[in-house]
Amino acid sequence: MNLFKGVCIIFTASTAVMKIVSFILSAFISIALVHILNTKTLLPAPLGKLLAPQSGVWQNAENEEEPFSADLQFPNLNGNTTVYFDDRLVPHVFSDNETDAIFVQGYLHARFRLWQMDLQTLSAAGEVSQVVGDVALNHDREFRRLGMVFAAENSLKEMEADAETKKLCDAYTAGVNAYINSLTESTLPLEYKLMGYKPTLWSNLRTALFLKYMSYDLSSNEKDFELAAAHQYFDSTDFNLLYPVKQDSADPIIPVGTVFPAPSIKTIPPPKVDSAYLHGEVTAMEYEKPFEENGSNNWAVSGSKTQSGYPILCNDPHLGLNLPSLWYEMQINTPAYNAYGATFPGAPSIIIGFNDSCAFGFTNGGRDVRDYYEIEFKDSSRKEYWFNNEWKTTTFRIEKIKINGKPDFYDTVAYTIFGPVMYDRSFGGKRHTSSKNYAVRWKAHDASNELKLFYYLNKAHNYTDYVNASTYLHNPGQNIVFASKNGDIALRTQGEWPAKWPGQGDFPMPGTDSSYMWQGMIPQSEVPFQFNPERGFVSSANQRPVPPDYPYYLGREYPSSRGVMVNRLLNAKSQITPKDMMAMQNNNYNVFAEMLLPVIFKNMDVSLLSGNEQTFYNYLQKWDRNNEANSIGATVFALTLSKLKDTLYNDELSKAPEGALKPFESTLMEALLRDSAYKFIDNINTPEKENIHNIITRAFKGACIILTDLKTKNKLEWASFKDTHIDHLTKLPAFSRLHLPIGGGEHIINATKAVHGPSWRMVVSLTPQTEAYGIYPGGQNGNPGSKFYDNGIDKWVKGEYFTLWVMKKNEDKDNRINGKWVFKRG
Amino acid sequence: MKFIVALILSALLSYAACLFLPWWSIAIAAFIVAFFVAQKPGRAFISAFMGLFILWGLMSYFISSHNGHILANKISMLILKSNRPMGLIILTAFIGGLVAAVAALSGSLLRKIFIK
Repeated sequence: MNLFKGVCIIFTASTAVMKIVSFILSAFISIALVHILNTKTLLPAPLGKLLAPQSGVWQNAENEEEPFSADLQFPNLNGNTTVYFDDRLVPHVFSDNETDAIFVQGYLHARFRLWQMDLQTLSAAGEVSQVVGDVALNHDREFRRLGMVFAAENSLKEMEADAETKKLCDAYTAGVNAYINSLTESTLPLEYKLMGYKPTLWSNLRTALFLKYMSYDLSSNEKDFELAAAHQYFDSTDFNLLYPVKQDSADPIIPVGTVFPAPSIKTIPPPKVDSAYLHGEVTAMEYEKPFEENGSNNWAVSGSKTQSGYPILCNDPHLGLNLPSLWYEMQINTPAYNAYGATFPGAPSIIIGFNDSCAFGFTNGGRDVRDYYEIEFKDSSRKEYWFNNEWKTTTFRIEKIKINGKPDFYDTVAYTIFGPVMYDRSFGGKRHTSSKNYAVRWKAHDASNELKLFYYLNKAHNYTDYVNASTYLHNPGQNIVFASKNGDIALRTQGEWPAKWPGQGDFPMPGTDSSYMWQGMIPQSEVPFQFNPERGFVSSANQRPVPPDYPYYLGREYPSSRGVMVNRLLNAKSQITPKDMMAMQNNNYNVFAEMLLPVIFKNMDVSLLSGNEQTFYNYLQKWDRNNEANSIGATVFALTLSKLKDTLYNDELSKAPEGALKPFESTLMEALLRDSAYKFIDNINTPEKENIHNIITRAFKGACIILTDLKTKNKLEWASFKDTHIDHLTKLPAFSRLHLPIGGGEHIINATKAVHGPSWRMVVSLTPQTEAYGIYPGGQNGNPGSKFYDNGIDKWVKGEYFTLWVMKKNEDKDNRINGKWVFKRG
Repeated sequence: MKFIVALILSALLSYAACLFLPWWSIAIAAFIVAFFVAQKPGRAFISAFMGLFILWGLMSYFISSHNGHILANKISMLILKSNRPMGLIILTAFIGGLVAAVAALSGSLLRKIFIK
């Protein structure tokens, strides 16, 4: 207190002038302090604004102990809707009309997931720079130039031309905006407060953009530039050894023996395709690519193989794992349908789920539906391009990109008959600028109305309804699995696929005439499917969809191991229960290792291994081929495989242009199994001629160096080596879940990798009283300040499931109900 | 007595102001209280500091305990780089107290110019 006494004495002793000076000084300090605490000028965050208990982040600390209720009134509503929240915060929506149910779905999505919906659609539209600044400029330019908004606008036109879909979209948008308009400073989601911006209103276009984001994620992973870059260096013989066209597959989705109708489209390759196709240098490369591993498992077993005598349907889509999760679980009950399942915040309807009659699920089709064409402009104005022996006029789309803290960036994109010119002198993706002009032809550019697929599946009663619903899926093409309580099971390799001649679109193609263009879409009547097959199950795991006698070209590579394992297990099983199916979705057996290990054991020069290396070799020999969380053998195998790839191919690839494709692991395995004198075994940088013993031993010794290091860090076990983590979309570690002790991995049914894996596991037994189980690695509330933010993760890691409660109207007194919202017109 | 009155008044007025105005209205509240409640500048400073320290401290503590400190754990990792929810509550209280205190000091000093 002495200090303050001193201060007081000084003040009381001061003259009038001193008083004024003191006041001004003190007032200045006050204002400066408020300014500092309200902005980022001095501090990394506006601490005062953030921590003020009545409006800052404390308001996002949700009180979730007490039961809650609310009465909400909106003028857009037609009737009454009641939402019951259960003990996992899953909403059970009971509505007396369909439109209101979708309004409420939009409202719920916004209430619990607004920030991610907003960010994902900004990202889809190439508008991230307006939030985070010019670090996202390349992303934004690439997405604009790919024509994401162009694609969404095209689809929106078709969606809004359909009265039913327009009603869905309008109701959904109204619901999202009803919530956004109710927001105050204090109820703003946490991320907006931390990043210092506000949400923008929803629109039907943003729903279309969200769907195009899924199209991007699932149908833009072709390797055209990467393959062309490889072809620049390798001659045709070597190229075909490294990247073979395999029309064969061990176990296609539609089994061998299926009879296909004669193709109605006879594709005609252009004249001299072999010599004219490749033009040497590749001058562009995508700045971003979706996860290569995006894929999934789904299957349905018929009653003949189950204990109950009724079908069981299973699905686990493998996608990037993030918090807040991509999925939001809910039940929607209307007079027209009663559906339950996983929904996409950003789009109406249940996406993967079931209703009172049947269940449905998806895996990615994975065919190449994005091709590039080299455009020759007349001059640098890009106003005209050469096509079919004449100069054609381009149209321009001027993209205005807002950048946080910087002036707007304008990007003028030329549009041709193929599509937008994605890469040119001004933008070359990873290559910065491109001396060639590449237009992109992408199936997602075409108008389509996928919302109708989901809407009709939600209402489906039987196989006919399912087939009808499926025809609305054009892009991204999916394997749609179906099972119904009447005993039917089915799977369609659905999508609107371009009919291609062999090799079409493997590389960027000439764009100076129409000869390399797509010659038509495979008609819906030729979509390969299975309906109640004799083997008693249907399945897909992203493997090649059809056997080699299918009449259309399907591209080079499809992952096959998961499909082999799924079919092996399903063939062997009978008297199947939902529990068996859960165990199968969590199966960690590595078929790829099973096939490759004999080559490794046969050719390892054990006499050259040191004592330390011998210890690791023993782990490999004793390994049961299961990538369990605590398995050391799995780590030894993964590193050996990785080093083997490097040893085989890096000597050649390091001489090829940057970005050249690494050969697929399946190619490596098949080459080594078939041919112990495989050409690439020799290291071209050494004078000696290596044999298969040399390179396998060398690869293993290389792996042992890393293994020794891992051992000292205590990270030898598979889960700690793989290090699965689920990041918040901002990558802030405090909001992420790190170091999850979970097994699985690539080539494995439980496809859990570091940041990617089963994003929703679902098992539905179609008994008269539906028995369903599901889980996703996240939680219903996207707010990191909620206990429902990540409450599914630990159970998901353990391979456990929640029982999915299909609530009945008269169960409103059930003790699982923790909250109730009533929506009325008002 | 005046000390307690000033403390309670600055807390109450701050709470009311923040229902309608931005967070920094606590500075205005503390300034007004210090101007009208005659106290030596040092005491005005301390009473406002304590008023807001208690108000913001209690509010954030109650919010956080009903939340099982889930949010405080995460935000403290962001701001304090360690998992200390109580640390975040004390920081909150201190910021509220400090802003109110300097504003109250200003209010008290202004009073001294006009009222002897």
